[in-house]
Amino acid sequence: MTTTETPVDNGVNVEALLGVRDALPGTPEIAKFQWRSTVSWVNGTHSRSDVETFYGFGDEQQHHTTFSYDIDHPLQFAAQDKGATPVEVVLAALGGCLTAGVAAVAQQRSIQLRSVRATLAAEMDLHGILGADPDVRNGFSGVTVSYQIDADATAEEIQALVAQSQKRSAVYDIITNPTNVTVEVH
Amino acid sequence: MPSTTTVIVGAGHCGLAMSHCLAARSIDHVVLERAEVANSWRTQRWDSLRLLSPNWMTRLPGYRYRGDDPDGYLSAPEVAAMLGDYADTSAAPVLTSTTVTSVRAAGGGYVVRTDQGTWRARTVVLASGAAAVPAVPALARLVPAGLTCLTPVGYRNPGDLPGGGVLVVGASASGIQLADELHRCGHPVTLAVGEHVRMPRTYRGRDILWWLDASGVLDQRYDEVDDLVRARKVPSMQLVGSPGRTVDLNALSSAGVRLVGRLAGIADGVAQFSGSLPNVCALADLKLGRLLNTVDAWAGAAGERFAPTAVHSTPLGLDLRSGEISTIVWATGYRPDLSWLHVPVLERKGRVVHDGGVTACPGLYLIGMPFLRRRKSSLIDGAADDAAELTTHLAGYLDALAGRRERSAS
Repeated sequence: MTTTETPVDNGVNVEALLGVRDALPGTPEIAKFQWRSTVSWVNGTHSRSDVETFYGFGDEQQHHTTFSYDIDHPLQFAAQDKGATPVEVVLAALGGCLTAGVAAVAQQRSIQLRSVRATLAAEMDLHGILGADPDVRNGFSGVTVSYQIDADATAEEIQALVAQSQKRSAVYDIITNPTNVTVEVH
Repeated sequence: MPSTTTVIVGAGHCGLAMSHCLAARSIDHVVLERAEVANSWRTQRWDSLRLLSPNWMTRLPGYRYRGDDPDGYLSAPEVAAMLGDYADTSAAPVLTSTTVTSVRAAGGGYVVRTDQGTWRARTVVLASGAAAVPAVPALARLVPAGLTCLTPVGYRNPGDLPGGGVLVVGASASGIQLADELHRCGHPVTLAVGEHVRMPRTYRGRDILWWLDASGVLDQRYDEVDDLVRARKVPSMQLVGSPGRTVDLNALSSAGVRLVGRLAGIADGVAQFSGSLPNVCALADLKLGRLLNTVDAWAGAAGERFAPTAVHSTPLGLDLRSGEISTIVWATGYRPDLSWLHVPVLERKGRVVHDGGVTACPGLYLIGMPFLRRRKSSLIDGAADDAAELTTHLAGYLDALAGRRERSAS
């Protein structure tokens, strides 16, 4: 990688993250996290998801503000298009997670990023969710992520950034591996 | 109760190397061995297995290969015979058929109980091996009844398997070798691939291990690597002890082995494979590229490069009840068995905490673990330097003990 005169700054506090990792052997319980969201039906296929609190580092935690996301389906589905579809939110989450990882790994490897752009696409066959063909799954048949990255690094170093980001990504893991999901009604 | 200065637990290559170094300093010791010298090489290796490192690299303190095939690879019986000869010529004080049942700290030293009596020792070296038992994931209990399940420790040859399809879980040295062998015997083989270390057998006309040895890669020290936790977890190299033969994923898939992602779960009898196969292959290709760049930087000029691992669309699920798969081979790694160690040096997952083989309990040492003190610590060739350095530390500890006693006596 190229040595720049100014220190590499991708806006990621890698020291803080590594500090947490160093603290884990003595206090493994701080690693137990719980992420939360509440979703309220608005009308039709439109609902609103709020995220506000989570648990981690041994305590209840709070975002500095409540984030809200409208989730709906487009006009072509005879819906009101008040927000992104749930599957698009999944793509947003994957791209956001991988890109955060690219920035963090770049910082750790002293690679200055200038621009990072991911284009995500997921293939899906509506036969699944419409119940029209039992052999077709509801979800994606495949996801592609295409990165364009401008950074002070060789092409191989940039490929390694993206590969390492996938290796350490929560959402990539969630999508590529099965997860137990329990849905209860109270 | 018999007493000695040092008890070494295990008469494999590490225990014998340690014994050789202690003897050179006239440090009184015994080597306690549950069965006979090189037991795991006699009882836990499949028939076709050969060492992954070439004969010239089979070096131990006071021993080097002098046969007429320096570029060959020893079979398991040959390794056992070599270690037996080494124990004899070193006159190692091995007590065979002596199983250690507990090691406890007591009175500034250690009490070592065995099924043949109890020893007292000022120092103990744990040399019972990193690969004492197969590490089979918890999800193995979800395999439907009726399938044959094997590990590389129990497997001997293809005759152990019923006919039909085989799912080999794990693509490190054991997994790729067994996938290759079983495929050649006519079994349809599916290989579940997680993170792995791709390695060509030869590079620039020489064994890859020649380059790694000569360029100093294998000598890289544990206190020089960026991330030691990760370095110690790196899987074994995808190598087979066969001259000039590379058994990487491209070789296996072009021969007809089906590659799938890491086995991520089993639900209702259906094996679920991770969708991460493209990335684990990309990681391995990139890592190999960096390794070859390191070799080239040492050797000058550039060598050949290998085609990227070809990943085709792979199934994400496989119904284990359909009859397609009759055998699962768990090539998912190995772990030490230290269930008899009752000294507070274990972390929450039961692994010994150590600094290059030196534990926090004075006089208790560990040898034979991946990247113990160097990258080559997991190879037979790594034992010499590790044993020499641990012996130096152990001797220093004994000197300090002796000095303390002299001071308190005067």
